[in-house]
This record gives sequence, structure tokens and C-alpha cells, in this order.
Amino acid sequence: MGGYILKRLVSAIPVLFGITIIVFLIMSLIPGDPATAILGSYATPENVEKLNRDLGLDKPMVQRYFIWLGNMLQGDFGRSFSLNRPVLDEVLERFNATLILAGTAFVLCSVLGILAGVVSAARQYGLADKLITFVVLIGISVPSFFLGMMMILAFAVNLRWLPVSGMYAIYGGGDLPDLLRHLVMPALALAAVATGVVARLSRSAMLEVLRQDYIRTARAKGVPERRVILGHALRAAMVSIIPVLGIQAGFVLSGAVYIEIVFQWPGVGRMLVDAILKRDLLLVQGGVVFVAACYVMFNIAVDVAQSLLDPRIKT
Amino acid sequence: MSAFLNLLFRNRLAAMGAVVLAVIVALVLLTPLLPLQDPDITATADRFKRPLTDGHILGTDHLGRDLLSRLLHGTRLSLAVGVAAALIAATIGSAIGIVAGYFGGRIDNVIMRGVDMLMAFPYILLALAIVAALGPGLMNALIAVAAVNVPFFARNIRGVTVGLAGREFIDAARLAGMGHTRILLTELLPNVLPVIIIAMSTTVGWMILETAGLSFLGLGSQPPQADLGSMLGEARSALISHPHTSVVPGIMIFLIVMSINLLGDGVRDALDPRLRSGALSRPRATTLVARKGDIPAPTDDLLAIQDLHTQFHVGERIYRAVGGVSLAVKPGECLGVIGESGSGKSVTALSVMGLVASPPGVITGGAVRFQGEDLIGAPYAALRAKRGDKVAYIFQDPLSTLHPLYRVGHQLAEAIRSHHRVPMAEARARAIQLLHDVRIPNAEARIDDFPHEMSGGMRQRVGIAMALANEPDVIIADEPTTALDVTVQAQILSLLDDLRRARGLAIIFITHDFGVVAQLCDRVAVMYAGRIVENGPTDAVLAAPAHPYTKRLIACVPELGGGRRELAAIPGLPPMVDDLPPGCAFAPRCDKAQEACRTGDIPLSGTPPRAVRCLYPEELV
Repeated sequence: MGGYILKRLVSAIPVLFGITIIVFLIMSLIPGDPATAILGSYATPENVEKLNRDLGLDKPMVQRYFIWLGNMLQGDFGRSFSLNRPVLDEVLERFNATLILAGTAFVLCSVLGILAGVVSAARQYGLADKLITFVVLIGISVPSFFLGMMMILAFAVNLRWLPVSGMYAIYGGGDLPDLLRHLVMPALALAAVATGVVARLSRSAMLEVLRQDYIRTARAKGVPERRVILGHALRAAMVSIIPVLGIQAGFVLSGAVYIEIVFQWPGVGRMLVDAILKRDLLLVQGGVVFVAACYVMFNIAVDVAQSLLDPRIKT
Repeated sequence: MSAFLNLLFRNRLAAMGAVVLAVIVALVLLTPLLPLQDPDITATADRFKRPLTDGHILGTDHLGRDLLSRLLHGTRLSLAVGVAAALIAATIGSAIGIVAGYFGGRIDNVIMRGVDMLMAFPYILLALAIVAALGPGLMNALIAVAAVNVPFFARNIRGVTVGLAGREFIDAARLAGMGHTRILLTELLPNVLPVIIIAMSTTVGWMILETAGLSFLGLGSQPPQADLGSMLGEARSALISHPHTSVVPGIMIFLIVMSINLLGDGVRDALDPRLRSGALSRPRATTLVARKGDIPAPTDDLLAIQDLHTQFHVGERIYRAVGGVSLAVKPGECLGVIGESGSGKSVTALSVMGLVASPPGVITGGAVRFQGEDLIGAPYAALRAKRGDKVAYIFQDPLSTLHPLYRVGHQLAEAIRSHHRVPMAEARARAIQLLHDVRIPNAEARIDDFPHEMSGGMRQRVGIAMALANEPDVIIADEPTTALDVTVQAQILSLLDDLRRARGLAIIFITHDFGVVAQLCDRVAVMYAGRIVENGPTDAVLAAPAHPYTKRLIACVPELGGGRRELAAIPGLPPMVDDLPPGCAFAPRCDKAQEACRTGDIPLSGTPPRAVRCLYPEELV
């Protein structure tokens, strides 16, 4: 097992390099002179030249890439000019908030989605199945940012059950119950689409598995139906559900950008959008590389989970 | 094509999606012709008018602009951008995929590595990076969304192309001296095009949503131009005071995405052949029972199948898989059931414990009695308590009948613990003993194997051990040796025979091999087209088969050392059980058949213990 994890980690190294190259290439797409783009068209030529030198933009591209990469490997992601602090500090602080939001949404979409899918498959064509199918259809069709706004209207403005936005109350907040109250709506809005996708896939995976011969074997030896569904069938279905959970994690992370804007959540997505609008390119660059690297690591964890579940995978 | 459309529209939801989408597209195409106000004219005095006010059906926004007009123009823009992004992504992605798939080797390797890298990003990060570099704007958002979706097309189309590139017509084109470009454009592209179109139809909804999302973030369309996303984004600041400005564009996005989803589901269902036959429904815990007619009276047999009728209801068609079968076994007895594939022998066996997949299976008549108690229509709990405990099954092909993800020890222990409250350690000790009993060497170590780590013969022994776990009274073995080679088969048969003599258990042995029946069974029943055509003691039936079908079946078994001779295959095929001819089902393949054979029901007759269902039997019984 340890050997397999190590092998997967080593195989991630070229992917991580690939990510830095792609981000670097995209950033060099910037039309015209980057320093002018950063400073705006009213900048003095001296300032532009100084910034170019500071950013190392007067050097050849390949050299520039390796300088950037070398600095990043030493933990120096550069300095955000709009916030006037190191990029890495800002990204780490913001990523923490995103992790709370996206992590909660991911757990929600996995648990609720699989549960709905299993119930739906076990009661195929029954009332529960039809109800779940209908809700799922709505769920995967509502844009998460619109859903979030409607939830604010319903639960924060009209019913006054939950706070409108933010991660903590400004006055007297900061403890766990306060965080949870702020987390409920954004996490649900973020999880909605992914829950629908997971539920659909779980349903069809369960239906596929329930027709297999080994399910008949389990029934023939007298295993109670509840165990047949939740043990034998679900375990086999998980083999096709887990990779989709990995993909959905990417969608949850992406959707977090919208939800962070709608709910004023101080996460990395909102930071990126602000940075783009302020043309703070080093912050964008550092944030994108950092989050993408985390996502690669997460996918390795998914592969490891898969190999733990399915002994037929060569480790 | 019309069959496809029929199927698509039989799905009412897909039809609804198509209608909604058609209405939206028509509205959007007609927008320039409609008598609408200019979407960009501001009138601050009229700001935030509620819907249904004079002159503004949907009200006005924060600058007093007519919402209906902005909505239609915005939808037009959103749809156009989404479709354009889909077209660009499909064109570039497919080109990359075709080239990679066609040339293969190094080119393929390099390209697909690059695609993998791009797919390592959560999609929005890539889109944000591109917009960051190019600057906010609708055109740049379009480029970003298209670029993000290129890898998806490249990977899909490459997969299809790799399959096609090895086919004969490509080789033929190459031999005919066609250049690479011509082969790509005239031979490959037309074959890949349908896949591209399907992939596009499933992703266009996403791309509309993604561009709307970027606009919502303020990175797409810039004021005063508005698409649905930026309308929603602008309305957000007035969400609490004037919700209608948010609700209007939000619902429009929802309608578009939902109708595309519904239509896409319909297309997918119509294209998936498994759904067409309705086969993708899960079997229930027990077979459905809808008995008509009288229920036969109990007998003193250990297990008695009495006038059993089992059917498969598929759409309008009814397949009579089992049409009135009666069989019985006493303790210590072995009964062989023999017949060709599709004769209904497995369905008969599975009906006993309600294991026929249902839907589509339905038991429509007769009874199955275990020690006199009727199992057909018995409540699930009563049936479950007997499954594996009183009546156990051994199935064919243990690779698919054992659970691939559980160790064999776990599966054995589970069989025990489903009926007896014993601790795990005790169940495990018993499982090891069972593996010893079925002569698996080194049972202590093999118990922690997964099924795929064992050989076919070993797996079959595990299957037998599992059937023996609770010392049942009856074992129903459904072709347990068909998948095995001859030496292993002989070992397994002698194992079963020993167990029967040692434990006095009754065996119903289903096979299509008379050699196996001769070796193991006291009595034999021959099935054809869902009915028993002959039964009796094995020796008597083998020595003097009465039914022409039995005789032909025995003649099919090649004799060892019998020299070279014609193998006597039976001409023709067994009849389809949804359309049985009147009279004898074997008549069309029988050279003795007379006119009388093709009319009326022929009873099973003869002096016990033998019986035959034939008007002109080979032997009088």
C-alpha cells in the first residue's frame, strides 16, 4: 500500500510541473506590456521599466519561468501589489476558508447523493424514486449562484433563520456555532448540483450492480435484503461512484467561486475574482497554481481510496 | 431516424424539454422583430418598477431599463455565446483528438499528456487564469470557456478515432495512396461526426452556464451590454430590496439549462439499447407472484414443485419459460434435470426460492412445497429464513456469482451468520472447516483470498462450501460444472456424491450433459420448451429412452472409445417460448411427428416411476 501511494505521488510530479508551465504560458498571453497592464496606461515610463525589472520581465521567457518556479519551490510566490503582502500568506489564509466551505459541500454531496441514489434504486419506479428524480432534475438545472441568492431571500430575509452572508458575525462571532450558522446556506447551495449528479450516477450504478449474479447469490444464501442493498450492492457500486466523487470535487471547488461571491465568503475564489478585476496577476498566478496543486493531491487520495476498495486494482 | 424520434418523444419529459427550448429559441430569434423597448435606454425615474406595471410587463431594473427587453436580448447573447463556445471547443478539441488518435505513437503521447495536464485543473481555475491574462470581456470569457472544454472533446474523440484508425477501410485508403489529410477529412471525420455532435449537445448547456457564470462574476459581458449572467450579477446588489430583477434572469437560465438537460437525457436514453428493452430494472428481493387457478395439495416429499408456471412479461410479450412443471425429491435422493439452453430448467430451479429476476419474471401458477409448506407467495421473511438454510443453491460460473470485493472467508461466514447468531471467530473457524470439506488445500490461507485470486475449480468449491454452510436439506445445483474442465468436473461430482451419501441431503442437479446425469443422479427429468417431456429412473431412461427428444439428446453424447462417427446433432432450434405451437413443442424438429402431434395438449403418461409426453414414443412405458 505504502509503495502504491509513493508511486502515485511520484507520478504527480510531472503533472505539477505541467500545471506551472500551463499557468505560466497563459500568463504570458497578456497582450502588450505586462507592466503597463498592471500599472495602467497612466504609469510613467520609469515606473514601467522599474516594475519590469522587479518582475524580471526583461529576461527571456524560459529563464523567467525557472526563476518563478525556483522561487515558488522556496515558498516565495511573490508579493501581491494590491494587498501589499506575500501572495502565499494571503492564499493560505483564504484557502482555509474555501476548504471549510468546499469540504463541507463535498461531504454533503457525497453523503446525500449516494443516499438518494441508493433509495431511488432500491425503490425503482416507486414514489420515493420519482420524487428524488424530480428534485435531482431541478437541482442539477439551477445555477448555484441563483440558488444561493434565492436561499438568501427565503431563509435570511423572509424567515430570518440564518445570516445573509460572511463567515462569522462581525460583532460577537467567531465560535463554532456561529461558523456553522453561516455555513449552512452556502454549503447547501454549493452542494446542490454535485448532489444531483452523484445521486443520478449512484442510482444507475446501483441498478447495474443489483442485476449482477453475485447479488442473486447473496439473496440465495439468505442475506437480509437491507444488507444486500447497503452491503453487497453499494460496495460494488462504490467502485464506479468514487471516481465521479473525484470529478465532483473539482466542480465543487469551481462552484465555490460563485458561492463565495454570493455569500461574501472570504475564500480563495473571491480573492481570485478581486485580483483579476484589480489586475493583480501575481496573486492570480499563485492562487491558481496553489489550488490546482491541492486538487491534484486530492485526486491521488481518491485513487488510493479506490485501490483500498477494489482489490482487483494492482497496487 | 423516425424510430429514434418516436422513442425520444415517448419520453414525455424529453418532449417537454424540446418544446420549452424551441419556444425560447424562437423568441430569441424573433427578438429584433418584436415591438420591444431599447434594452439599453436608461430612465432613472422609472427604476425598479414591479412586474406587470404599465409598459413594462416584467418591470424595470436599477437604471429603469425594460426587463423584458433586456431579458430577451440577454438570452439571445447568452445562447449565442454558449453555442459559439461549444462550436469552437468541439472544432479544436475534435481536431486534436482525431490527429492524436490517427497518428498514435509519440504524437498521441505528447498531445494526451498535455490534455491530462489541462484536465488536472478544476475547470474554473483555468478559465479564471485565461480571463486574468486577456482581461475581462465577453469575447475573452467565450475564449476561456471554449478553451476549458477543449480537453473534454480531445479525449472523447481520440478514443473513438483510435478504434476507427485500426479498421480495414482506413488501411484500404492508405493503400490506395491517399494522403493523411485526405484520410482524416474524408474517411475519419464523417465517422466521428455523430460522436462530436452528441458530445456537443451534452455540453452546450454547461457552456451556456459557464459563460453566464463568468459574466455573473463581472468577468464576461461589460455594461451596458448584458447577457443573463451579468443581468443577475448587476441585480444582486438589489436582491433584498427588489428581488424581481434577480428572479427574472435566474429563472430564464434555469429554464434553458433544464430543457437542455431533459432533452439530453432523452437523447441518451433513446440511444442506449439497454434501456430500450427495459432491461435496466433491478430485480426485487423475491419473484412476483400472480397465481391463477387452484393451488395443488401438499405431498409428503421433502421438496415438491407442483404444476409450476413461471413467465417473463416483457412489454406486451409473454414468455412462458416454465409451463406446468412438477418435480419432487426425497431425502438423500439426487434428481437430474436435463435439457438444452432455454428449456426452462434454470428458471424452474430459481422459482423454488423466489430468485427469478422480477421484473420481468412472474410466477403465475402452481406451488413449491418444502416439507408441505407452500413457498410461492410466502412472505419475504419466511422465504429468506429458508434460503441457504433449508434449500441452498450452487450456481454456474463462480467468477460472476461470488462477490468480487469480499474475501471468500467473509462470504462463507456471512452465509452462516445470516441464519445463526454466532461470533465472527466461530463463523470463520466453521468457514475454514467447510473449505477443508470441499478439499481446498491450505484452507487456513485461502480463506483470505479474493475470488479473483483463485482458480475456476477452487471458486466452484467455494460455491459448494457456501451451499453447505448451514447443512441444508436440499441443494439445487444449476450447472455447477459447466464452466470447468473435465478432471475438475469429475472431482466436484464425486465430492457432491460423497456429501449426499454422508449427510443425506437431497440434490436437484441441473445440466445439459447426460454423462453427468448418468454418473450422479438416481432419477432424471428431461425438459423441453418449459415442460417435462420424460422422466424416470436414470438407468431405465438411459437404456430405453421413450421420447424422441430424449433419444436424440442421448445420441448427442460422444462415446469414449466408440470410434469415429457422426455426432448426432439435433437439427433445428428450440422454439421461442413466447410463441409455442399447439401440441408437442418438439414436433417441428421430430422425424416421427404426425398430424396429431400438432394439435391439442399431450399429457404426461406412463406407469410410475416412468412417464413420457409423446403420442408415438420410442418405447412403451
